[in-house]
Amino acid sequence: MEIRGSYLIPCSQARAWEALNDPELLRASLKGCERLEKLSETEYSGTVAAKIGPVTARFSGKLTQEDIDAPAGCKMRFEGQGGVAGFAKGHADVTLVPEGDETRLTYVAATQIGGKLAQMGARLIEGTARTMADDFFGRFATLILEPQSQDPL
Amino acid sequence: MTPEAPAIMAGTSFGRSVGRVEDARLVRGKGRYVDDIILPDQSYAAFVRSPYAHARLASIDTADALGRPGVIRIVTGADVAAAGLPPLPCGWMIHSTDGAPMKMGVRPMLAQDVVRYVGEPVAIVVADTRDLARDAAEAVLVDYEELDVTADCADALRDTTVQIHADIPGNRAFDWDIGNAAAVTDAFASAAHVVSLTLRNNRLIPNAIEPRAANAVWNAVDEQLTLYMAHQNPIGMRAFIAGYYGLAAEHKLRIVSPDVGGGFGSKAHNYPEELAIAFAAKLVDRPVKWTAERTESFLTDAHGRDHLTTAELALDSDGRFLALRVDTLANIGAYLSSSGALVPTYMYATMLSGQYVIPAIHCRVRAIYTNTCPVDAYRGAGRPEAAYVVERIVNVAAERIGLDQAEIRRRNFITDFPYQTPVVYEYDSGDYTRSLNEALALADYAGFPARQVEAAARGRLRGIGIAAYVEACGIGPSAKLAALGGGAGMWESAEVRVHPMGTVEVLTGAHSHGQGHQTTFAQVAADRFGVPIEKISVVQGDTDRIQAGTGTYGSRASVGMSATLRACDSIIAKGKAIVAHLIDVDLETVAFSDGIFSSSATNRTVAFAEMAYAAHTAAGFPTDQIEPGLVATSFFDPPNFTYPSGVYVCEVEIDPETGTTDVVAFSAADDFGTVANPMIVEGQVHGGVTQGIGQALWENARHDPDTAQLLTASFMDYGMPRAVSLPNYKLVFTPTPSPSNPLGMKGCGEAGAIGAPPAVINAICNALGVTHIDMPAAPETIWRLCQARMSS
Repeated sequence: MEIRGSYLIPCSQARAWEALNDPELLRASLKGCERLEKLSETEYSGTVAAKIGPVTARFSGKLTQEDIDAPAGCKMRFEGQGGVAGFAKGHADVTLVPEGDETRLTYVAATQIGGKLAQMGARLIEGTARTMADDFFGRFATLILEPQSQDPL
Repeated sequence: MTPEAPAIMAGTSFGRSVGRVEDARLVRGKGRYVDDIILPDQSYAAFVRSPYAHARLASIDTADALGRPGVIRIVTGADVAAAGLPPLPCGWMIHSTDGAPMKMGVRPMLAQDVVRYVGEPVAIVVADTRDLARDAAEAVLVDYEELDVTADCADALRDTTVQIHADIPGNRAFDWDIGNAAAVTDAFASAAHVVSLTLRNNRLIPNAIEPRAANAVWNAVDEQLTLYMAHQNPIGMRAFIAGYYGLAAEHKLRIVSPDVGGGFGSKAHNYPEELAIAFAAKLVDRPVKWTAERTESFLTDAHGRDHLTTAELALDSDGRFLALRVDTLANIGAYLSSSGALVPTYMYATMLSGQYVIPAIHCRVRAIYTNTCPVDAYRGAGRPEAAYVVERIVNVAAERIGLDQAEIRRRNFITDFPYQTPVVYEYDSGDYTRSLNEALALADYAGFPARQVEAAARGRLRGIGIAAYVEACGIGPSAKLAALGGGAGMWESAEVRVHPMGTVEVLTGAHSHGQGHQTTFAQVAADRFGVPIEKISVVQGDTDRIQAGTGTYGSRASVGMSATLRACDSIIAKGKAIVAHLIDVDLETVAFSDGIFSSSATNRTVAFAEMAYAAHTAAGFPTDQIEPGLVATSFFDPPNFTYPSGVYVCEVEIDPETGTTDVVAFSAADDFGTVANPMIVEGQVHGGVTQGIGQALWENARHDPDTAQLLTASFMDYGMPRAVSLPNYKLVFTPTPSPSNPLGMKGCGEAGAIGAPPAVINAICNALGVTHIDMPAAPETIWRLCQARMSS
């Protein structure tokens, strides 16, 4: 399954890249994210509570950045285990392109899901993933304007 | 309409639409299923199942789960290995064309080091309540190392690196063939017409209303094991579980299947779960119960069908069939299930003669392992796959040579019986022409062109499709099954007990899971004894009460009912001796009919109940000549299979703007031999036809090609047929009694699911003017065909 999206972020390419590497800002942007820790320059681990169709689960996972071309983009690999809810894994190519004073963020993500997620939610996951992505980048674009990223809650 | 079948017995019960005795409790919600049984000190089990279709089990960490409240024990594959429990066997041995025995992948009761399909059981958590068991199951940490997967049997034809079982290269369980390849080649060389067709028989999920369930209790002092299980063959399972698994000695193992809410074959197999529950009960020394959740049923109830087939038919210039060549890839799933080797071979390729004289037939079947749920018998089991191949290619041939679809069948029908086909079976009886004529009359076939024109005026594409099926039912015969590789005989036993007041118990090893045996088996005794049906009980499903049996599947109730008839006749024979003594006449002068014993030597008569009373009191009896009591047993092993057949006519209307198909009429003429209870048989036809239409239009088990995840694992995504989508069916019976059993019965349980899919697809192809469309004929596919046709 491939999901793609494009968002205009109201800041410079450099600022967008910096924000994309700020675990606190990422955590605050991701709804249901309970924890996000930076393990190294390119590795994060975290926990996300998500509801996909009838399946509600807490996913523990890892996020790794590869092919880093700062500040123009990178490849992000992710994998999450949701216990009996199943698993999700995949990668997203993220690019940042200046567009006037702003920055165009584009991603193309390929995802595999398994277990209950696939059995119950396969036809729902694309919509859910898109909603989650829209929600994430919406918050991201708002939070990025604040001087120091803060949890909006 | 309610067709009344001619009864071969004089009487007032057999052959009539007697109301179902069991419905009094079933419709009141008073049925008793395995999940209704709650034993003292009951504990509950939840399975930990693989979310991966293929993975190595690196480790299983149960520490956290064991610490959870109420958790009693966690059982893993290590416990199964330590106990030395053997892997699950396939009950059928097939040899490949080169003589090699089939390659059976090792299927442990709980996964040992590799999981091979999503849902494969990895561990059991036993806890005080169902919810505690489920919660703890989520806390079992299994470290999976993912392996590559294959879900499609066609992958086996390509270079695949996926190796499902270490010792089985190419994932091929066997490469088998049947028939005369040389004769087929010769016939094709001289044929006036040759048509070919590649088609897929879509994978189905059984979806019985009652999920599988088990409740086991171990008495450690007496070493007695009682296993309650939702099963179609509880009596036959005892010898298997005792003899093969050694979970208890045969005489100390009790298996009970109470009311069973549907099976369609899926509850006839031997699964890991029920056995593992019995094993767990022994380990924890408390009753352990498990009832499958619906998702577990979707994932693990053995699936049905899943063939990819290429067929070629050779015809002469008059449209007579000369030869049929078939090449099938059968997706058998990750393991060979109980009858997994039988279904795509002797239950499939042997039916490829259909209702036709086809002088030469050859069929090759390659059975392929994939990372999917094992495939086994499901309503029809091989015979629907065969009927679909034959009935589709016959229509393709009719279209090619410009013959009407009724005429090409009429021209090729077998008319002389018994008929030996080129592929093992000897058909017992039938009148295929009559069934065709009656089906065409019911469907008003002659009036179809006018209806098509009328539909076109409304913007609808109307089509009509005919399908003629034949199937082999009434299994045994044990000797023939053994010759074909069967590991067990399939006869049936009956015990008839007549009590002192003249009431009757019929004990049978067959097991009703919806078919109404409590009524139909009672009807046999009611007519034989002249006793009202209210005075007869049918007892089934408990090894403490039933001596022996081989269960209900493959439309085989005729075998158990014939055993019942024979046991009744033994009772009557003894009754005559008792009556001869009572009224002091010669035995030869005693006759019995309509519940009354009489003698040509006197005008005294003795009613059945009086005789029964005398048998039990034994007062003044010559007990050295006639033993007291009134019990008789019969084991009936039929001399041949039975061959039910029929002709179905389906009429559809398609909306080219949406691609939706409405089945607007469905007519069925079925030869089930003698019909015991027309109402019940009609119900069986309704259910079977509905499942057949479901396969043709909606039902489909779909897997993600990259991950082999089952994507249709709920009723949100798996399309079940619903009453609102179906027309009222028109039925007629065209019986020719079977010589294979004393009742002349053939069996009716699977017919609809066999004949309906090709009838529906033939109608759709007729409406669209296309050669073929795969099942399920989804609106999107049809819409694209319509759009392409409109734009061309």
